[in-house]
Amino acid sequence: MTTKMFGARIPRSEDPRLVTGNGRYLDDLGHDAYEAAFVRSPHAHARILDIDVSEALDVEGLVAIYTYEDLEADTASRVGEPLPLLIPHSTLTHGRTPYALARDEVNHVGEAIAMVVAENRYIAEDAASRIVVEYDFLPAVVGVEAARAAVDLVHDDVPGNVAAVMVQETGDADAAVDAAPHRLELDLAIERSASMPMEGKGVLAEWDPDDRSLLVHTSTQTSTSVRQAVAAKLGLPVDRVEVVTPDVGGGFGVKIVHPWPEEVLVPWAAVRLDHPVKWTEDRREHFVSSAHERGQLHKVRVGYDDEGRLLGLSVRFWHDNGAYTPYGLIVPIITSTQLLGPYKPGVYRVEFQSLYTNTVIVTPYRGAGRPQGCFVMERTMDAIADDLGLDRAVVRERNFIGPEEMPYDQGLVFQDGRALVYDSGDFPASLDKLKKLVGWEEFEAYREQARSEGRTVGIGLACYVEGTGVGPYEGGHVRVETDGTVVVSTGLTTQGQGHQTMLAQIVADELGVPFERIRVTTGDTRRFKYAVGTFASRTAVMSGSAVALTARKVRAKALSIAAEALEASEEDLEIVDGHVRVKGSPGESSSIDLGAVAVLSNPLRYAFDEASQRATQFASAADPNRPPVDAGDAPGLEGSDFYSPIRSTFANGMHAVVVETDPQTAEIKILRYCVVHDCGTIINPLIIEGQIHGGVAQGVGGALYERMEYHPNGQLLNASFMDFLMPYASEVPTVEIDHLETPSPLNPLGVKGAGEAGVIPGSAAIASAIEDAEGIAIRSMPISPSELFHLRKKNREGQTR
Amino acid sequence: MTREALVPVAFRVNGSPRQLEVPARRLLSDALRHDLRLTGTHVGCEHGVCGACTVLVDGRPVRSCLVFAVSLEGSEITTVEGCCNAEGGMGPVQQAFQDCHGLQCGFCTPGFITTITAYIDENPDPSEVEAREAISGNLCRCTGYQNIVAAVQRAAELRASTSPTGGPGSTGGPGSTGGSGAIGGAGT
Repeated sequence: MTTKMFGARIPRSEDPRLVTGNGRYLDDLGHDAYEAAFVRSPHAHARILDIDVSEALDVEGLVAIYTYEDLEADTASRVGEPLPLLIPHSTLTHGRTPYALARDEVNHVGEAIAMVVAENRYIAEDAASRIVVEYDFLPAVVGVEAARAAVDLVHDDVPGNVAAVMVQETGDADAAVDAAPHRLELDLAIERSASMPMEGKGVLAEWDPDDRSLLVHTSTQTSTSVRQAVAAKLGLPVDRVEVVTPDVGGGFGVKIVHPWPEEVLVPWAAVRLDHPVKWTEDRREHFVSSAHERGQLHKVRVGYDDEGRLLGLSVRFWHDNGAYTPYGLIVPIITSTQLLGPYKPGVYRVEFQSLYTNTVIVTPYRGAGRPQGCFVMERTMDAIADDLGLDRAVVRERNFIGPEEMPYDQGLVFQDGRALVYDSGDFPASLDKLKKLVGWEEFEAYREQARSEGRTVGIGLACYVEGTGVGPYEGGHVRVETDGTVVVSTGLTTQGQGHQTMLAQIVADELGVPFERIRVTTGDTRRFKYAVGTFASRTAVMSGSAVALTARKVRAKALSIAAEALEASEEDLEIVDGHVRVKGSPGESSSIDLGAVAVLSNPLRYAFDEASQRATQFASAADPNRPPVDAGDAPGLEGSDFYSPIRSTFANGMHAVVVETDPQTAEIKILRYCVVHDCGTIINPLIIEGQIHGGVAQGVGGALYERMEYHPNGQLLNASFMDFLMPYASEVPTVEIDHLETPSPLNPLGVKGAGEAGVIPGSAAIASAIEDAEGIAIRSMPISPSELFHLRKKNREGQTR
Repeated sequence: MTREALVPVAFRVNGSPRQLEVPARRLLSDALRHDLRLTGTHVGCEHGVCGACTVLVDGRPVRSCLVFAVSLEGSEITTVEGCCNAEGGMGPVQQAFQDCHGLQCGFCTPGFITTITAYIDENPDPSEVEAREAISGNLCRCTGYQNIVAAVQRAAELRASTSPTGGPGSTGGPGSTGGSGAIGGAGT
């Protein structure tokens, strides 16, 4: 019997290639391509008066310099138009997107003004450094407060700097708060961070002038959509453009945005120059011209009863969307809906404003608005517990949606435009597991012991619910080759999540073939044209389900062909280890391997090897009174299918953290980090745990280290790895994990997404633990030792006054 | 502006003699990646902080994004490609990364592999604390490091079990376990 692959802890099949230096990331390709460098604005807000390229023209090895004028002059294409607004929404009344090269105004430091193409990057940068741009400076709007004050405007035609105002409510929440026996108001803030993958973006474009076709490699999270966008911008027929995503050195959200200016400009230049052109983003470019996330201010009003049960919750928040809104309102919509977590809020109202600032654009970074929402809700839970003198876990438990109440409709519209309905989950069971794992009940004894040693410790917890696997769809294609190899492809892309392994595990079980015989391709439009992309923890749910459905189709076809060949009934057949055989009769004569079935599936006139002779016209035993390929059938042992769920499936989890704070230096050390995680059925625990570890590390980074340090004039002061503090191994705790598996009823595998989960409750749980250790309210994250030191000082002064 | 002058330089890379003529300012990382087409060495920050570009120069870890290629005349350079076993398969550190799921996107991994290769040559039996310390100069954005720490210890085990002499490149082979499709192995 074949070992069951689904659920097995299988080492990744990607790894031998990647660990031996045989990966192919974007800059590993196109060694002979021209290379591009960009002149980027050093100013946050300015009008461009003049661009003088004369000094750059005599740089030996320069190929071309392009500015907006060149884009505008190319009337055969649409490169001179603003980049698309990817996700429009009726409340996004003032959406704005940039031009691929700035037309007459720049709105953040790093915005591209000119593209230089040269024989190599060194020369391109030499030339770029000689281009002189003359500016008329405008006042910069930096930070939510400045945006709200609207003394200055980012875009002249956007009053108040307000891109959008959105309200969702389930009733009169403020009246419910006012009528409640207990009320609290809290101001809560989260600062900016960023995805910051180890590999930046990059694009390589090759134009075939004879075929009039374009091949683009790009480090993206959505190759199919880049294909559509590039074709549209360049005015090429879509079938003349293919986009391939090579190995991608991390995405975490930033690479779902598209087309980036460079994804339009590099292909455009490759066509004009009739020569391959490549651009590889450097680290500083990534800091100032990709995307950030997280920066939001929140104001909470909450009313609750004597037991701590929510009666009304009214939240207003202000979202800093940066200079443009190419990705619409996805981040604040997610905050406003996922804020509710595993709780029943009573009557709920949320209102947000999405505000322009003269800073880098804000688009989803792993977690995508959920870390902020979780921080808001979990800080509120802790504040209620503190107010009523209740155990923090008890308050949470009293507000949980019970497993018997599933599916549970929160009465809101989620980020996919569908109802926010939780499909499954057992929150009390998850909390029980977490309390046991971290030793919640025993913590007071530990605190006492620590105190007797002169140490200050605290414990915190945070719960979240995460809508995963958003639509609209993904598809799969499965083909059995005549040598028995199974080739699987799906259109979405991979950035390190082990999709090749995970999808092969699914197909291995569904089709009954050895794992080692399966080859998986992702993100290559030459192989699969229809896909959405990799974001929102959706691959296992969407492409996993799609390839499972596809494999079932192919299995049915294999059984039908084999039944004829073996002169047996389909119901009596099984597929084991790549062989179709009659159940219970292990002999050679009652078995046929899938490669041979693939041969028979394709009626031939010409044999191309020995095995294929079996399918030729004089060798075949096919019924001479039927067409070789029946109506409705198709040659080849292959198939395609799509999975499109009615709505998202909701994963959940709970984290508990133990911290120690240094009484003198205010250094914050994580002693323990515990995770209970429910992502439905688990395909590969090794990969799931890796996803959680990595998410937690980003959560720790966001809670204690990472922030985008903008000067009020719009300069990003810490735009390097020296100054933007991503955690090293020395900063990340060992993560202890326990799983709960509550299958999703929405998809054939019962899976829920897991990619983003680890990061979501980081700031909330760590704030909770620091507050518990210090007895000082923590209302803003991240928190540095210096900030904690000053909070202590302020707290002492407040108490003595 | 005239074309840049080229400077000849000769060094050994992964045991083979290589000769190049490159501009004096060409970084070792670019020379390895684009002139010698050894693209396993990756560049993550171009300012010596992330460690993705780490190679071994005469056995010592060096950030190849901070070194001019022409400054390495006569040196012995080992890249991630040189950390494979004699048959070109995974060497012990590489095998350990697969066994322990020590990589996700794989972009930072070559820098870890070269760093750990040099480290376990000098510290053949590291504790968990020492293993963590050994990798604390390299950035990874995917894994949270836990499985990389495990991989350091696993690599030391594999090295001990397969290499009586313990030189780089001489390990791996019949004694190593795991491999594509094998079940088990993660140790977390």
